[in-house]
Amino acid sequence: MSRRASGLKAWFLQRASAIYLILFFLYMLLHFIADAPADHAAWQSWVAQPLVGFGLLLFFASLLLHAWVGIRDVVIDYVHPTAIRVSVLTAIGFVLIGCALWVLQVIILAHVA
Amino acid sequence: MLDTKPRPVFLNLFKIRLPMAGIMSIIHRATGVVMVLCIPLLIYLFDLSLSGADGFAAVKAILGVGLVKLILFLMLWALMHHLLAGIRYLLIDIDIGVEKPLFRQTALAVTVAAPVVALILLGGLL
Ligand code: HEM
Repeated sequence: MSRRASGLKAWFLQRASAIYLILFFLYMLLHFIADAPADHAAWQSWVAQPLVGFGLLLFFASLLLHAWVGIRDVVIDYVHPTAIRVSVLTAIGFVLIGCALWVLQVIILAHVA
Repeated sequence: MLDTKPRPVFLNLFKIRLPMAGIMSIIHRATGVVMVLCIPLLIYLFDLSLSGADGFAAVKAILGVGLVKLILFLMLWALMHHLLAGIRYLLIDIDIGVEKPLFRQTALAVTVAAPVVALILLGGLL
């Protein structure tokens, strides 16, 4: 996408991820009402189902993308000195990337367990 | 951006009368930021709950503590406000609810409904 449209890309990502988050929260809610995992074995085998695992991966990807676009907007609105703005955004970016790798590891481990 | 004539700035928080949609919008922003800060905590609990039978029991015990339940309620309230306000924004993006009485009424409805839905959810899940 062209540089000029990068704001539009962020806007679109924010909406697309929001829609997936709504659907996934609804699904989680229904699952927990219908069949809340009673113990670790039930919880782990649910997470290890291929479709659930895929849904969870997509959920955390959407969550982290949505969080990044959102927090970036807020920081750009309130933090004006360039050096501080770039430092804050870099720090948040590293934390979010760390979160992505961490949760990826958790989901993969649940699948090989 | 080239036109840098000084513009009037009025930021006295005690004198600004924010309309309902503005109040809803500020809470949407604040809840978004708070939830982002909680992401590592969420992943920590997810990790712990999957780490084994002990970890699962530990998460259950943590969620059972009275103070944690209160925090959980506040987090659910934040999520519900952000989610309902988010749906309202998405509808406004496709031109639903832009006109005046509805614009204001839905902002009020979102703000009032969020804690109610959060309470119902907490009651159902715990
Ligand atoms: C549950 C479903 C969710 C929906 C429907 C939703 C919807 C939205 C929408 C439509 C926006 C854009 C608002 C705008 O452009 O003015 C937004 C912004 C934002 N969201 Fe979400 N969101 C959801 C969940 C989350 C979660 C779980 C987080 C945090 C982890 C989050 C964090 C943020 C942040 C930080 C912003 C930027 C706020 C701002 O610019 O004022 N959202 N959300």
